[in-house]
Amino acid sequence: MSGGAAERAGGPGGPVHEPDLAVHVEDLTVTYGSRPALWDVDLDVPPGVMAAIVGPNGAGKSTLLEAILGLTPTTAGHVYVGGRRLREARGRIGYVPQRTAVDWDFPTRVLDVVTMGLYGRLGWLRRPGAKERRLAETALERVGMADYRDRQIAQLSGGQQQRTFLARALVQDADVYFLDEPMAGVDATSEAAILDVLRDLRAEGRTLLVVHHDLQTVRTTFDWVVLLNVRVLAQGPVETTYTADNLRATYGGDVALLSGAADPTANADGAPDPTPDPAYAPHEGTRDA
Amino acid sequence: MDLATLAGDYTVRTVVAGAALLGIVSGVLGTFAVLRRQSLLGDALAHAALPGIALGFLVAGQRALPALLAGALASAVAAALLVALLVRRTRLKGDAAIGLALSLFFAVGVILLSFVQGRAGAGQAGLETFLFGQAAAILRSDLWVMAALAGVALASVAALWKEFELVTFDPTYAAALGLPVAVLDVTLTALVAVAVVLGLQLVGVVLMSAMLIAPAVAARQWTHRLGRVAILAALFGAASGVLGATVSAGARGLATGPLIVLALSAFTALSLVFAPTRGLLPTALRRRADRAGHRDRDVLRALDTLRRRHDDPTYAAERGMVDATVGHPTGRTLRTLERRGLVERVRHRPEEGRHWRLLEAGEAALERGRDGPDAPEGRA
Repeated sequence: MSGGAAERAGGPGGPVHEPDLAVHVEDLTVTYGSRPALWDVDLDVPPGVMAAIVGPNGAGKSTLLEAILGLTPTTAGHVYVGGRRLREARGRIGYVPQRTAVDWDFPTRVLDVVTMGLYGRLGWLRRPGAKERRLAETALERVGMADYRDRQIAQLSGGQQQRTFLARALVQDADVYFLDEPMAGVDATSEAAILDVLRDLRAEGRTLLVVHHDLQTVRTTFDWVVLLNVRVLAQGPVETTYTADNLRATYGGDVALLSGAADPTANADGAPDPTPDPAYAPHEGTRDA
Repeated sequence: MDLATLAGDYTVRTVVAGAALLGIVSGVLGTFAVLRRQSLLGDALAHAALPGIALGFLVAGQRALPALLAGALASAVAAALLVALLVRRTRLKGDAAIGLALSLFFAVGVILLSFVQGRAGAGQAGLETFLFGQAAAILRSDLWVMAALAGVALASVAALWKEFELVTFDPTYAAALGLPVAVLDVTLTALVAVAVVLGLQLVGVVLMSAMLIAPAVAARQWTHRLGRVAILAALFGAASGVLGATVSAGARGLATGPLIVLALSAFTALSLVFAPTRGLLPTALRRRADRAGHRDRDVLRALDTLRRRHDDPTYAAERGMVDATVGHPTGRTLRTLERRGLVERVRHRPEEGRHWRLLEAGEAALERGRDGPDAPEGRA
């Protein structure tokens, strides 16, 4: 973890920086070998928005979440959540990883998985008790999974797995939520349930950063957008930022991907730029890590 | 020797108690090792303990168990760190790193053993018994050392239970919650090393990994809760320990460690085959019942289709017509359906052969089958 000395210098509370932003990221860079996965990312997300992180495959969307949360080694950069360094902000952060990240044959029940969201807050040597179980049950009700509390997790569908992970993050009662493709590969029921919960969270004034794959629903679902392709190409309110030009810059002019996603009049303004972004083009053809 | 004499025998009691203790500890820690997909790590740790045993002997100057075990623990942990380092710093995958560390430490261990053996006055050290274990060599004082180690290991697991649970299930999320995942990883691996060291004298370096893997694999078959898997694994481990030690004492000359491992393998084989939801046999039976249910429904539906086509609710179809409609021979299925009162056989003169007619019960079964994915009732 970088910046340990700075944290100590700031005293027990740690330094406060940009406290008016839910998430503030400076110069964040992640490299795998010589290939940059994230390059000089600056990110400012105001509180209370639901932000979509979109970009092509391999753009570093998941890596961005992992780097912000300190789950992957970074080459450079600083992260502030609610004005605080990560270490002091842990208790205010909720995380929903991709559901494929774990072995769903693990011997445990849905309620036990949801209770795990409280393990950080519980502290050492303390076991979850009746209070923790109640919190977990409430979270399961919110995602419409109350009937599945005693279900072995191997018996869940993909959408139910995702809702279980969402419930686990809900019990964290966080100010800022990071979600990695929460709607990928889930059934319509689950998607609706997940979207409802996300909108509720925003209505409660919480901030959400969501890695999102479906360009068609960005406009209808989100109010903030971050366009990412190794670098941040654009970020801001959806109305002004989610434009055909910005999308083209992000996706390298792949118009097929953009159809219907952006303003149709903006789409008609001539042929897409065929030259790839020079910032990362030289790395193409480099051997994968 | 009969059981009563055996139970009264001091040495036998010591060995049985030691084996039970080992079974409990290796069952609990093996549960975590197996669920973390580190089954082979136990094997590496066991083999890596060998040079530590020899060094412990050289330092202590005699066969003192605490010194030998301390050396074993140290070299096992060193091997675990080497594996972690290789995986992190090189492009080696876990299995290759484990294989390399295992053979390297084992080779050094064998060389050190031969060196110790060659020294004057050390011939009676009997360090080579650690290869396959020698239960009879266990003293009552050794048992106390083992009990202390076991106590520390089990107390640590109890104290760090929820952290170990989360780190095993979802280490990334554990890190996101701020848990010190690396520290917990090392602690868990060190505790597995403790379990391995406990088993060196009884089961030996070569067979020790079975003590970690088999109880956990067997226990996982029977339950879907982590706590219960651990407890059941401890029971399987303890039972195998007692069984192996007792049989070995009853039939002098048969090695204890391998007998314990055989008992464990029996538990594991039975669990893999017979466990209710995950076992091979119940799974195969369920699949067969499903297939039979599909066949039944196909035949009933064919009879229904045929009578509709003839606009005659009591229409009796020729066997060949049913076969052709379903697409394969249906004689056996028709006869089972007849036994269950769902269809009946009628003579349809002047034609040759038997005809088949759908009965009301068959119609009802067909209706029920339409409601859900389940096969018509009455056949399991």
